[in-house]
Amino acid sequence: MSGLGKILRQPWLWAWLGALAVWLATAVFTGGKGSAEVLSAALTFGAFYVIVALGQMFVITLGPGNVDLSIPACMTLAGTVAMKAMDGAAGAIPLGLALALAVGLFVGTANYALIRLLSIPPIIATLSSSFIFQSAAIWWNRGLRIKPPVALGDFTTARIAGVPVIALVVIAMAVVMHVVLTRTVYGQSVTAIGQNRRAAHLAGIAVERTRAATYIMCATLAGLCGYLLAAFSGGAALNMGQEFLLSSIAVVVIGGTSVAGGFANVPGLWGAALFLFLLVTMLNTFGAGAGVRLVLTGLIIIGVIVAASGGRRRT
Amino acid sequence: MKGALFSPRLLRGLLPPLSLAALLIAIFWLQPRTMSYFGLNLLLNLAVPIALATIAQMFILCVNELDLSIGAFVSLVACITATWLHDTPLLGVLALAGLVVAYGAIGALIHVRQLPSIVVTLGLSFVWLGLAVLVLPTPGGSAPAYIRALMTLKTPLVPFPIIASIALAGIVHVALMRSAWGAILRGAGGNAEALARAGWSILRIKFTMFALAGFFGVLSGMALVGLTTSADANIALRYTLLSIAGVILGGGEFVGGRVSPIGAVIGAVTLALAASFLSFLRLNPDWQIGAQGAILIIVLALRVLISQIERHR
Repeated sequence: MSGLGKILRQPWLWAWLGALAVWLATAVFTGGKGSAEVLSAALTFGAFYVIVALGQMFVITLGPGNVDLSIPACMTLAGTVAMKAMDGAAGAIPLGLALALAVGLFVGTANYALIRLLSIPPIIATLSSSFIFQSAAIWWNRGLRIKPPVALGDFTTARIAGVPVIALVVIAMAVVMHVVLTRTVYGQSVTAIGQNRRAAHLAGIAVERTRAATYIMCATLAGLCGYLLAAFSGGAALNMGQEFLLSSIAVVVIGGTSVAGGFANVPGLWGAALFLFLLVTMLNTFGAGAGVRLVLTGLIIIGVIVAASGGRRRT
Repeated sequence: MKGALFSPRLLRGLLPPLSLAALLIAIFWLQPRTMSYFGLNLLLNLAVPIALATIAQMFILCVNELDLSIGAFVSLVACITATWLHDTPLLGVLALAGLVVAYGAIGALIHVRQLPSIVVTLGLSFVWLGLAVLVLPTPGGSAPAYIRALMTLKTPLVPFPIIASIALAGIVHVALMRSAWGAILRGAGGNAEALARAGWSILRIKFTMFALAGFFGVLSGMALVGLTTSADANIALRYTLLSIAGVILGGGEFVGGRVSPIGAVIGAVTLALAASFLSFLRLNPDWQIGAQGAILIIVLALRVLISQIERHR
């Protein structure tokens, strides 16, 4: 009994139940046809959501006002720079990866510098910097769509026994991040700062160093996601990061991480990412047009947040 | 004596108008032909809907929330204006009034459930965009004649956009900054608890502020259609960022209910002019968005500098 109660109180449970319900609804509608393919696609697209959400989760956990709005711009810039540098050559794959990560590193450092030097809320700092990075991506891209190296494209679409390789990689990343969050000084510092920054500071936690590391990590993960997504979709597009602004935040919040900070969990990210993708798939299967799909996606996200906030208040 | 001349408080207040003046002088210098009735009209036309959206955002920021859906909302209003309001005026008016009430209700919901406004409004941006696509699936529609006539009004001596901006700043300033009613509304951003203890309903204040934001968002969308004569679902998406940037440029703060309507309008006009300035500079159009970001960062940096002077005194 207490075991069941413990499971019911897990913050990630609802995201996973939601994903399961939406998937079953789709499967019932299609009579089970193509359900495995849907799941496989969900794992692939979910992986991209989870990469950026891992970073966003640490940022949001730092406390109220901490959100990284530069993720889309960072992804686009990293993808653009990497694709242009590789120019489709297989030998340049590591170079492209290094460049994408370097772009992320740079974006994160610049974001933190703005937050610290101008002492402005992270929202406005990452918002202003994202304008500049988006422009840089437009300027660097020049409307060209350079194809990724074939080997890299193949890697992002490869499957082992029907399971996308990229999903396996990101699951491994999530496990590592779970350990980082729950078992390392850094992860505990992030949580402590989110719960009470002043108390964390008085307890001897290096608040500013932790914040710097978090923003840099978040942007670096965005850079990695931009690199992989550009490879997956056959080149970097200027709007490729657009939908990740909402989804990075939505995945974190639906996954059961407290938007007020100080409380995070990794398993919920995967549940929420699958939920979001399967939701859109379900609406597509039901034959909903673009307008209806957008309205319902928005309403469901708001509904989940309303429900989640109610649950947290009662405890 | 010297302290009175260069008081940091005065400096901070002067920062927005000085930035605008500097930008205007630079534009006149680069392109003297803009220094005429028609030049200014062309230059400032599109500043009117941006200023209205910025005022809308200011009401939200004033109660310590943030609206990431205002751009999609203005797009939706533009779509309704160009279709329903043009074809079946009664339905159009009802829909727009409904939207204002919906905005207020969202403010109430955010307050009652203590929701993060960033996430709620991000979700809402999808709802507004989806509704806009449903109302107007392909770009088109046409502006009602009276809105078109108002937005292209040829006022004597001073171009209409300037009169409209000054009137907007003046009216909102008097209502929000100079009235007892406005002081209470702003108080919800400053110290909600004190206000609640004094017997005011924070719920009603949040509803009012969000409804006001919705009202000015509606005006923004109508003004925009009056200028462009047709609409599409993505017409004003960039207004979200422009409006936040405009409020901040105008001296608004993120918390504490410290906002300035006059500053917000000046900030919006500055951002609208920045685009023209860059094109006169023959700067690569790729860098237009980036330059707006850079201007924002520079103004924020100047503000930090002023605060530091303040601290040294």
